[in-house]
Amino acid sequence: MISPVLAKTLSDGLNESTDSLHGSGLVEWILQAFPLLGTGGALLLAAVIHTALVGLFFGLPAFIFIWAERKVAGRIQDRLGPTRTGGRFGWLQSLADGVKLIQKEDLAPEAADHLLFRVSPYIVVVAAFSAFIFVPFSDGWTAVSMDIGLFVALAVLSLEVLGIVLAGYSSASKWSLFGGMREAAQMVSYEVPLGLTAVIPVVIAGTMNLNDIVSMQSGGFWNWFLLHDPFAFCAFFLFFTVTLASNKRAPFDLAEAESELVGGFHTEYSGMRWSFFFLAEYAAMFFVSMLAVLLFLGGWWTGLPVLDQALVALPGGAGAWGYLSRVIAMVILLSKTGLLVFVQIWIRWTLPRLRIDQVMTTCLKYLVPISCFLFLGVVTWPLILLSTIQSSTLWGAPLGERVPASTRPVEMEQQTHPLNERSGSTGHSKMETETVTPLVANSGTLHRTGGER
Amino acid sequence: MHWFLFMFYALFAAGGALAVVFSQNIVRMAFYLVISLGATAALFFLLDADFVGATQLLIYVGGTVVLLIFGVMLTSSSPFSSIKNTPAELLQGGIVGLTFLTLLISTALSVNWSQSPEMVGGTQLARVEEGFNPRQEGNTSRSIGTALLGLRFDRDLAGQTVAAPVHEHPATAAQGEQTLSVAPAERLSTGYLLPFEIISMHLLVVLIGASYLARAKRSRTASPV
Repeated sequence: MISPVLAKTLSDGLNESTDSLHGSGLVEWILQAFPLLGTGGALLLAAVIHTALVGLFFGLPAFIFIWAERKVAGRIQDRLGPTRTGGRFGWLQSLADGVKLIQKEDLAPEAADHLLFRVSPYIVVVAAFSAFIFVPFSDGWTAVSMDIGLFVALAVLSLEVLGIVLAGYSSASKWSLFGGMREAAQMVSYEVPLGLTAVIPVVIAGTMNLNDIVSMQSGGFWNWFLLHDPFAFCAFFLFFTVTLASNKRAPFDLAEAESELVGGFHTEYSGMRWSFFFLAEYAAMFFVSMLAVLLFLGGWWTGLPVLDQALVALPGGAGAWGYLSRVIAMVILLSKTGLLVFVQIWIRWTLPRLRIDQVMTTCLKYLVPISCFLFLGVVTWPLILLSTIQSSTLWGAPLGERVPASTRPVEMEQQTHPLNERSGSTGHSKMETETVTPLVANSGTLHRTGGER
Repeated sequence: MHWFLFMFYALFAAGGALAVVFSQNIVRMAFYLVISLGATAALFFLLDADFVGATQLLIYVGGTVVLLIFGVMLTSSSPFSSIKNTPAELLQGGIVGLTFLTLLISTALSVNWSQSPEMVGGTQLARVEEGFNPRQEGNTSRSIGTALLGLRFDRDLAGQTVAAPVHEHPATAAQGEQTLSVAPAERLSTGYLLPFEIISMHLLVVLIGASYLARAKRSRTASPV
C-alpha cells in the first residue's frame, strides 16, 4: 500500500514536494479558474503570486521603518526629523531616498574583486527575503508551511552574514575588511545564544511549526509563552537582545561603526547596491521582531479572550468572513511586530555602541551561559510542576489541549488513505480551503477548524 | 516541473563544484562552494528531506563557509590571495579525485534504478504519520527527532496496520528477515540515541581540547592582561 504511493510520488511529474512548495490550495484554485494554463502554468502562477505577496511584506515594512527610524531618531534627539516630503510628517521620505539612490552611479572600486563585489548585496537581500517565505502572517497564511519552519527560517536568515562578509572582503578596502571581520566574528558567536533561546518556545510547544506554536498561545495573554514560566520570560528578553546583535543594530553595530570604520563593510558601495544592504537590514529587523512575536507574544492573538472569541466567532465559511478574520489577525500580528521594531529603533538611538571586545564578552561570557541555563530550566520546569502541583502548566490548559482540533493526529487516519486518489494529497492546504467555524474547547482556548472535516 | 527544478539545481550543484576546482582565488572558491552547497540543499528540499536541507544551509553554507572566509581574511597577507599549483600537486590531486570519481560512478552504476521506488518503499517499511500536519506541509522532521531520542515509531507502530500490504511486495520479501522479524510491540527498536550521545560527547571533548590548545600560553608571573 505504501510503496505504490511512493512509486507514484517519485515517478509523478508533480509530486507532493512541488505541490507543497507552491501551496497546493492556490494551485487548485487557479486550475479551476483558468483551466487553460495547465498544471505547470498554474504552479508557476501560484509561485509568482506567493512571491509577490511575500515580496510586499519584505519591501513595504522596510519602506515604513526607514521613515520611522528617521522620525524616531529626530524626536529622540529633540529634532523634528523629515517634515517636507509628502506632507507634514514626511511620509514619503523613504520614496525620496529611493529615487535619489536609484539615480546614483553604480560604482565599484578598481582594486575590488568585481564579481563578488557586485553579487554580495544580492546575497544579503535574497537571504532576508527568503526568510519571509516560512513565516505565517496569519492563521495558515504562509507561503511554505513546514514542520521545521522556525529552523529553516533561521537557517536562511543566517546566510545574510555571508553576503556581508563577502562584501567586506571583496571591496579591497581596509575599512570594509574590518567591518566584515567584525561582522563574521559577531555573527558566528551570536548564532549560539540565538539558537538556544529560539529553541525554548520549541521545547514548550513540542513543535517547530510556527503556525502550531502560535495556535498553542491562544485563549488569553496568560497563555503566551512569554508568561509560560520564568525561564521563558527571561528567554524573550535574551532573544530580543541577541536579535539586535544578529541584525547589526546598535549597540551591536560594530560592522558599520561610522566613528571608526567610515561605513564599515559598505564603505565602497553606492547607489542601489548600498541601499540593498539597508533594505535587507530593515527587513531582517521586521523578520526577527515577527519571530519574537510568534514565539513569545502570542502571534496573531490579541491576548484578550473576549476579542479573540469575537474574532474566531465571525460567521464561518471559506468566504469573506473567514478571510476578514484572518486579515484582522494579520493586522494584530503586524502591529505587535511594529511595536517591537519601534523598541529596536528606540534602543539604537538611546544606547552607546559597545567595543568589539565588549561585544564578544557579552556574548560568550554572559549570553551563552545564561541561555544554556534558561534552556535547562525550561526543560525541567514541567517536571518540577508535575511533581509538585500535578499539572504541566502553571495556569491555563495543558499544552496538548491547545493543539488545534483540525490538526490533531486523529484526523491523519482519514487523510492517509485517500492518498492514492491524490485528492487527499492536495485538498487540505490551509491557505484556501480551510473555513472558519467557531469552536471553543472547554479548556478556554480558541481554535480555527476546518469546516469540512 | 519537478524534473525541471531537479535539473536546474543539479546543474548549479555540479557547476559550482567544477568552478571550485578550477578557480584560483580562495574567496571565489568559497563563493562557488556556497552555490554548490546551496543547490544541494535545494535538492534535499525537492526530496522532501526538509530537515537535512535546512541543516545543510545552516551548518555548511551559513557556518563553515563563513568561517572559511573569516580564516582567509584573518590570515592572508595580500588582498586577494590565490593558489598556484605545482604540477606535482595537480597530479596528486588528480589521482585522488579520479579515484573518488570512479568509486562514485561504480556505486551509481551498481544500483538498479528502475526498481528504486519499490526498494525505497520496502526499506522504509511503513510511514506512520506522526505529528499534526500532513506530509505535504512538511511533516518530515518528526520521525528524525523521535529516532534521535531512541523511539522508532515507524518500525514499532507500523506492523499492526501495514504489515500485510508490505509483505506482498517482492522487493520486501526478498529482504527477508529484517522486515519480517520486527514484530510489533514485542521488541522495540532502539533508534539513534546512543550514537547521538556518543557524537555529542565527542564534539564536547573536541571543543574543550581546541579551546585548551588555542589558549595563549602565559607564565604565571606575567601580569594579567
